[in-house]
Amino acid sequence: MLNVTDLRSGYGRIPILAGINLSVKDGEFVGILGHNGMGKSTLLRTLMGYLPMTGGDIAFDGKSLKGLSPTARARMGIGYVPQGREIFSSLSVYENLRMGCLLAKQAEKPTIDSILADFPRLERLLERPGGALSGGEQQLLALARCLCGGPKFILLDEPTEGIQPSIIEEMIDTLQKIGREKGLTILLVEQNLNFITSLSERVLILQKGLIIREVPPHVAKDRAMMEEFVGMV
Amino acid sequence: MDLYGLVGFNILVGIGTIALITVGLGVIYGMMKIINLAHGEFMMLGAYATYVANTHGINIWIAMLIIAPIFVGLVGLVVERCLIRFLYGRMIDTMLATWGLSLGLIGLMTSIFGNDPRGVPTPVGSFSIGHYAASLYGFVIVVVAILALAGFYAMLSLTRYGLIVRATMQNPNMAAALGVAPPTIYMATFALGAALAGLAGGVLAPISGVSPVMGAAFIAKAFITVLGGGAAIVTGTSLASGLFGFIDTFVSFKSTPVIGEVALLLAAVVMIRILPQGITGRFLRRSL
Ligand SMILES: Nc1ncnc2c1ncn2[C@@H]1O[C@H](COP(=O)(O)OP(=O)(O)OP(=O)(O)O)[C@@H](O)[C@H]1O
Ligand SMILES: [Mg+2]
Repeated sequence: MLNVTDLRSGYGRIPILAGINLSVKDGEFVGILGHNGMGKSTLLRTLMGYLPMTGGDIAFDGKSLKGLSPTARARMGIGYVPQGREIFSSLSVYENLRMGCLLAKQAEKPTIDSILADFPRLERLLERPGGALSGGEQQLLALARCLCGGPKFILLDEPTEGIQPSIIEEMIDTLQKIGREKGLTILLVEQNLNFITSLSERVLILQKGLIIREVPPHVAKDRAMMEEFVGMV
Repeated sequence: MDLYGLVGFNILVGIGTIALITVGLGVIYGMMKIINLAHGEFMMLGAYATYVANTHGINIWIAMLIIAPIFVGLVGLVVERCLIRFLYGRMIDTMLATWGLSLGLIGLMTSIFGNDPRGVPTPVGSFSIGHYAASLYGFVIVVVAILALAGFYAMLSLTRYGLIVRATMQNPNMAAALGVAPPTIYMATFALGAALAGLAGGVLAPISGVSPVMGAAFIAKAFITVLGGGAAIVTGTSLASGLFGFIDTFVSFKSTPVIGEVALLLAAVVMIRILPQGITGRFLRRSL
């Protein structure tokens, strides 16, 4: 589904990504682990087209994304849940979801109803302005809004940042359930070991703009071994 | 008593006039944070469109209410494509560019139509308030202003396009990730603002007369009202027009129109000092 080769990008003339190689197969959940400032968000922003690539290539479904705007990438089926959630704060929760439906294949109402079934917490918040939700509720809304558009591939940027454990568990359950139902493919960047091990089939480690190694599969599935492994890196 | 009636009517017309000349500027500034210094000239183009259409035998109502906004809307579309879209996020550059555009438009219209003012007939007569006669056309201005604001409000709050516009103005990058093409939305919004300026120019043409430099008379008032209104375009424009229109007309009545304008300016300066973000920067912040 996604093939990234020797991807380079940065801010202005400051290089951040120094040649990323990675590929994600259809239906796979891939996690990327990295500490603060290692370039996780930069990678996702480049994949989504907010930052121009200065080298290498991104192929999505076999087609190069070079020069395509975020709008074009979204229309190809890439969904993006940014760090900090970026809820439209003056729009109501329902209106935020309606915005998510712009690319939906079905009509707005049934799409939102079916998503709400997976996010019951949002149900009683529909009329509230998005800015008046708690961080956790905003994160669920950002996820739900992204799913409304029916993307086949989702970029998730630190969904657990500042979120209480019970909501993290809820997100894990929801993503596993929906992922299976809809055959989603997910690329997730995280620092939270619990979240990343629960969801990802493969885990890569990003350091200073490079994927320095892949966590062996038997380690990636086990929280304790993962902690040990990460301590080692 | 009759006099109060007349003054009240004039105040209403003053408010309607300010709202009408402001709404187009407000749409472009409020949604895109672009200060369109060619706003007065867009109104001027609307006035000429009305004049030309009318002299070619087209019904005056159709000329001012339909032809003027459509023509100026198209001009706005071209201006956005050829000029403005290269300057998003660069406020000073857009001000310079639109200022240059305003000079260019004045020059162009002077070379086509000459300097002498043209007239557009007033399509309705007068009515009496007691002993006084007042122009029925004042009602037309008030009604058009209300319809323009209400129509824009309905568009923003009830339509899907309005939802997309509100979301895009708040966070264009996130809107893009949901499939919106922000450049298209900006283009449409700029054209809409231009069309509203054209409408204002057309509707005010019978009163102000039509000349290449007529825009200068409007831009300052429109600008002050936009700043005074603050972020919420409809609520802000309505409230600020109400306040400034009242002060302008009332003081003009008590003294002279010049002192009325001075009072308006003073009021605006005081208000910007107290409410730097405009009325809706402080009150009714969630309104549109
Ligand atoms: N807008 C920007 N302009 C310049 N440099 C930036 C910008 N945003 C981020 N950087 C730099 O790029 C590097 C990578 O940042 P990035 O946001 O990708 O890190 P991250 O891995 O997502 O970290 P975190 O876990 O804190 O979100 C950092 O050194 C950061 O200072
Ligand atoms: Mg980040």
